[in-house]
Amino acid sequence: MTVKVQREDFDIGAELDSLTEGRHGVGGLASFVGLVRDIHGGAEVSAMTLEHYPGMTERELERIATEAKERWPLDEVLIVHRYGRLEPGDRIVLCAASSAHRHAALEACAFLIDWLKTKAPFWKLEATGGADKWVDARESDDEAAKRWRETSG
Amino acid sequence: MKVLYFAWLRERVGMAEETVTPPEDVATVADLIEHLKTRSPAHAEALGDTRVVRCAVDQEHAQPGDSVRGASEVAFFPPVTGG
Repeated sequence: MTVKVQREDFDIGAELDSLTEGRHGVGGLASFVGLVRDIHGGAEVSAMTLEHYPGMTERELERIATEAKERWPLDEVLIVHRYGRLEPGDRIVLCAASSAHRHAALEACAFLIDWLKTKAPFWKLEATGGADKWVDARESDDEAAKRWRETSG
Repeated sequence: MKVLYFAWLRERVGMAEETVTPPEDVATVADLIEHLKTRSPAHAEALGDTRVVRCAVDQEHAQPGDSVRGASEVAFFPPVTGG
């Protein structure tokens, strides 16, 4: 299980390779990459600043990764999340899960990003048309996370 | 205890952290919010709408009825928007 909270960008290929190197029991590796969009709610976004809660962020991501490993027969779990100033097209987050079989890997990967969105203490401040605006939490994110409470995995 | 504020709560309160010694009768997160609101008009405004205020006690998500007794770090923040 690996959790990284960092300002700098990450190399998707290198990060994913590190999960499967020398592990020949792994049959599938699922990943999700979140990116900064240039449009949000119809407004043009020129940049975004991600604030977080140092200490709790790492602990919360570790809790989420541990939960995934308890629910599915996973080999490895990886979460990399950036903070600081980002521009459209920049990578924000990478979630990945590896397993002997694809279903566990794919489901666990969806679980990681859904739970992260409602539990990890990050806040987005968007720069749109000269004004900075804190992004509101979306009800659809809560709904997406809730479905993992209703299914045992 | 140390009280931390994040995102727009930090901006509205006007500080990122402060040290407070709540009175004896402050037992829960909800009690602590009521106590903090008496510290300044900015606190009262920032913490006024509890529907959009979330809390963590010693770096774990907490509900309004959860205890803050003995806590060393309590954080207040808006609903999270990472990912």
